[in-house]
Amino acid sequence: MIRRMNHPAWFFTPYVVLFTTFIIIPVIIAIVLSFTYFNTIETPTLIGLKNYIELLTRDEVFMQYVLPNTFKFAFIVGPVGYMLSFILAWMLAQIPHKSRTVLAIILYSPSMTAGIAMGVIWTVLFSGDSTGYLNALLLNIGFIEEPIQFLTSPDYLMTIMIIVSLWGSMGVGFLAMLAGILNIDPSLYEAAYVDGLRNRWQEIFYITIPSMKPQMLFGAVMAVVGTFQVGAIGVQLSGANPTPQYAGQLLVNHIEDFGFIRYLMGYASAISVVLLILIYSISKATWSLFGERD
Amino acid sequence: MASFQGMKINPTRFHKSQVKFFLFLIPMTLFVALPIIFIIFHAFKPSNELFAYPPKFFVKVPTLDNFRDLFTIASESGIPFSRYLFNSILVTTVGVFLSVVFTSLAAYSLSKLKFKGKKALFEINNLALMFVPIAVTIPRYLTIAKIGLIDNYLVLILPLLAMPVGLFLVKQFIDQTPNELIESAKIDGASEMQIFIKIIIPIVAPALATVGILSFQLIWNDTLGSTLYVNDDSLKTLAFYFSTLGARTGNNVAGQGIMAAASLISFLPNIIIFIFLQGKVMNTMAHSGIK
Repeated sequence: MIRRMNHPAWFFTPYVVLFTTFIIIPVIIAIVLSFTYFNTIETPTLIGLKNYIELLTRDEVFMQYVLPNTFKFAFIVGPVGYMLSFILAWMLAQIPHKSRTVLAIILYSPSMTAGIAMGVIWTVLFSGDSTGYLNALLLNIGFIEEPIQFLTSPDYLMTIMIIVSLWGSMGVGFLAMLAGILNIDPSLYEAAYVDGLRNRWQEIFYITIPSMKPQMLFGAVMAVVGTFQVGAIGVQLSGANPTPQYAGQLLVNHIEDFGFIRYLMGYASAISVVLLILIYSISKATWSLFGERD
Repeated sequence: MASFQGMKINPTRFHKSQVKFFLFLIPMTLFVALPIIFIIFHAFKPSNELFAYPPKFFVKVPTLDNFRDLFTIASESGIPFSRYLFNSILVTTVGVFLSVVFTSLAAYSLSKLKFKGKKALFEINNLALMFVPIAVTIPRYLTIAKIGLIDNYLVLILPLLAMPVGLFLVKQFIDQTPNELIESAKIDGASEMQIFIKIIIPIVAPALATVGILSFQLIWNDTLGSTLYVNDDSLKTLAFYFSTLGARTGNNVAGQGIMAAASLISFLPNIIIFIFLQGKVMNTMAHSGIK
């Protein structure tokens, strides 16, 4: 049997079938449903662009909170997480192998525990009563007199979401960049210094980054995707959807709010499509940003 | 050029010029590690230490109470802890195995075989690198309901098997194997599948380990499958049980100790596997670039 398995279909079929069933088809259904009214009980009825028009013109929560929140969150966590990953990876490359391995494992570990596992730490750390670590600390040093409701207060929720997300942002992209830096041919550096490279900044911008451009791109895509992937974090931290006064409401939560709480599947699908387009455009923009550099 | 030697990339030993990097890296690492260390201490705290004011970071009299409570809460709700554990281990083992096999097969075809639509397939997969599963939770549910997979073990595995990142990484890795190796095996009469099993698999083992880890993290930590696609509590996984603990314990201080114990249990397998395979992961990542 194995002696006769030559056709490419033997190889790609299982993956393609699963890929189609659980990624392609759902995306297509989302696009189709976004043009319908669908409450999960009756059959969907076509209503054209009405969902999109409603989303962009009438949905006050969307325009006032969800979209600005999403942009704020994405444009801080994405770039900062990405730069942090690069800086840490670059510095790790400057130290000996053993200490590098230990530090890299620790830095990477939060990203593999994403989700529920770590929720508990942050809820205890930022807990609203005096048993919360941060509150106890601030009360102790006399900085505040009353405990602050960090997780349910609209003033703090977004900041905490950003900190927690940055904490877990050293993921696959970080590892790729670290490997990329380590794999640059050392003779490139030597040649560049002979040619008059003067300092480490020049080294980073003229040698390191251009030599590992593919990894930089991979890291960038992973940073963008990672940022949108952790969208549920506000709901997790505050324990409520919608989040208090919509302070931590992101696109992903808005989808759940309409899909699983209000059962307006057509409308929720329109938000999904907007989200996918948004991720795609941001990734493409990042892409061209790097393409132009050389 | 002694000074150049000291500040080069990937140094072989410690040099005082590296001190400045350590001065930045160690505080950063500590900041990242603190919450995890905290979880470890918290999980072993007896209730009087959990309730202590001001809260203490370190545990004084470690106990296993939280772990015991974690098991009893599960049995009280009718499903023993061991059942969730069994489900998680079963689903994760089967899932990781299938994911590695399917991904490497597809990656080989994309890298070394010729067929119609190959380029399109790779492009679509690259596009899917940007795919965010939670965006299509609803249509995914509809698809799964239509196929009739609700309340089936498979629904905890199948949706997580196609990992665009995994396929991408393995394909880039296989690209590095010289074609001559494959050609000479063909002259000896080997079929593509024999070449794949005997030649490719051993060479790309590091990439497969990486896919294995990514897939392990995905399946072991997944709660969406158990929450949405499974109504029968006896089929649900450990990650799902842990995600319900907040509600079950009323989110109070005593509950925090139990949840810390749960976090520790779900975190440990991830980190242990990563520590063992990190060398292979780094090896794979060296070829991870998008060209």
